Amino acid sequence: MRDAFGQPQTAICFGGTSEIATAILMRLANERLTDVVLVGRDAVGLEATADLLRTAGVTRTAIITADASDPASAGPAVKQAFAATNQPVDLILMAVGMLGDQTLDDDSAERTATMMTVNLTWPAAVLAQVRGRMVTQGMGKILVLSSVAAIRTRKANYTYGAGKMGLDGFALGLADSVRGTGVSVQIARPGFVTSRMTAHLKPIPFSTTPDVAAEKIVAGLSGEATVLWSPGILRVVFAIFRIVPPMLWRKMPA
Amino acid sequence: MSEPTRERLAGWGRTAPTSAMVLHPSSASDLEEAFSSPEAKRGGVIPRGLGRSYGDPAQVSGGLVLINDALNECSEIHPITGEVTVGSGVSIDTLLASSIPQGFFVPVTPGTRQVTIGGAIAADIHGKNHHVDGSFMAHVTSMDLMTPTGLKQVSPTNDPELFWATAGGMGLTGVILRATLTMLKIPSAYVAVDTTRHRNLDEVMNEMVTGDDRYRYSVAWVDCMTSGERMGRAVLTRGDHAAEDLVGGRPGPDQAIPSAPRLGVPFEAPSGLLNRLSITAFNEAWFRAAPKNKIGGIESISTFFHPLDGVSNWNRLYGSRGFVQYQFAVPDTAGETVRIAIERLSASKVPSFLAVLKRFGKGTPGPLSFPTPGWTLALDLPIGPPALPKVLNELDQLVAEAGGRIYLAKDARLNPIHVETMYPRIGEFRAVLDRVDPGGLMTSDLARRLNLRGNN
Repeated sequence: MRDAFGQPQTAICFGGTSEIATAILMRLANERLTDVVLVGRDAVGLEATADLLRTAGVTRTAIITADASDPASAGPAVKQAFAATNQPVDLILMAVGMLGDQTLDDDSAERTATMMTVNLTWPAAVLAQVRGRMVTQGMGKILVLSSVAAIRTRKANYTYGAGKMGLDGFALGLADSVRGTGVSVQIARPGFVTSRMTAHLKPIPFSTTPDVAAEKIVAGLSGEATVLWSPGILRVVFAIFRIVPPMLWRKMPA
Repeated sequence: MSEPTRERLAGWGRTAPTSAMVLHPSSASDLEEAFSSPEAKRGGVIPRGLGRSYGDPAQVSGGLVLINDALNECSEIHPITGEVTVGSGVSIDTLLASSIPQGFFVPVTPGTRQVTIGGAIAADIHGKNHHVDGSFMAHVTSMDLMTPTGLKQVSPTNDPELFWATAGGMGLTGVILRATLTMLKIPSAYVAVDTTRHRNLDEVMNEMVTGDDRYRYSVAWVDCMTSGERMGRAVLTRGDHAAEDLVGGRPGPDQAIPSAPRLGVPFEAPSGLLNRLSITAFNEAWFRAAPKNKIGGIESISTFFHPLDGVSNWNRLYGSRGFVQYQFAVPDTAGETVRIAIERLSASKVPSFLAVLKRFGKGTPGPLSFPTPGWTLALDLPIGPPALPKVLNELDQLVAEAGGRIYLAKDARLNPIHVETMYPRIGEFRAVLDRVDPGGLMTSDLARRLNLRGNN
């Protein structure tokens, strides 16, 4: 159960090898988190996350493998994840995503379809399946890792951005749909995070590390704001980016 | 019994609300029916009274909450023995309204009259007279308890394990239908009170150790916002029911019934209204308003016992984020823990209203009953200051090491790793639950959070 400060004891993380997700779970493990179910494609990577969490105080971990490029696996993954813990689930962390490579995605139907599935279709399908279970249990928080890329697509990563834009919008609607049920949804919009996902890219202004992003997001988890920007200044930056004329926007570097 | 409704419930501190189905049973058969309902089987069952526990003991997310307001029978008070049998949903407020005109007072009352008898038993509440009279359960002689394995009549001689597991058992042994308790015969509806002001914590603690035995009631209100020489300055109020000849000219018992709140907080205040500045100012004004040394003042029962009831819904003053109350008990040998707690909170810039300091006497045999001989300190703390969770975690550690414990009726954030140290007899409690509720039907958000049943 969550405590008075919003600290969860039980979590299911979809995308259990994500560096931001791991950093979030590590911080929560230093407080009250003891039970974690990790869902993802890479069993070895998930085990590594589980090992790390156990060093921080998590006492029970479970691993569920599922492939986010296959929408049919979403429903069964949720079922297995909930079955893996006999506790009410305090936190659902949706951290599945892939950045892709825009130069390769540009002209590929197959790659674009996969990008959309992994970044939008599968996470949305999982959240739909999670929603009813959370409402039935009468409490819990759903944290969706979106991105500032969801605010306005740009040519350097518009396929990724469009997927996140869809998921972000889905999560905002989801948040409204569960009001008053004891369940709440928060959407984290970190900026550029230097991680494996972005190792090949040049950092841009206001970039941050997974741990710093996690710190902001975890601080936000104990509050009620629907959208968590990390760092906070990006809320202002992207309010401006939203209205930059298209001619200028196209000139945005990577 | 009507159809269940879905409601969002939280404790008095208004943190961590969860949603559950709610019923208002009025009989044993209602309770049997409720226990076998699909909601109960899916998410568990817990009783609830007036929701005055600060954290999450009277809620069970996704399960069934049984509010006891229809279990409201009340027998006549026996004029000689003071025995009365009351439904678990009867509040101390209601009971006093009929008992005071007959010359009886509840044997134990907390700082509010707005608690039910069921809640008083489930938390094994204490009052200002604990050092003399013990906790509420010391005055209960029998109970009718509906457990998942049927209705049990329990007393200190009839299934004492179940009787005492229910004392402070936070509702987890079942739903109390009715209880018989012994009321206290009082000579008047007034209290003769000695009030003294003390410059610091050492002074007030000394006075309590040496002088409390002379009074039935004693409590100190400590200012946690002061430091240095004045660290823990306090106002100590002690007294006993006033003899009839002392109250001459005041309204008789039938007109001295506790009054309804004169003030209320109709809306939620903005979070942060209660900050260091406003609380420091309040504490200063409060300290200066108290008499330096007043002997034999005559106070009404409401003023003396139930200062919290003067303002209804005062918990809304803490805003939407709510607040926690931190209350611990430590043995006499660990009086230093009281000082360290106040110093740490003061140093961490966490604003706190007055803390309540009190001496505990002998405890009851209840394995989860909170009071143990020594000191108890309680503080209200607004949610918000970033340092608060860590400071409280550190205090837990100190309290556990000192052989003390946290009061479950107040808790909303204890780390479960401390539970078995703080309540070393929890194994006995769990054994009783395994016997009367082998299916694990009775549970609550508190029980899950702290793994009280030992099955997480």
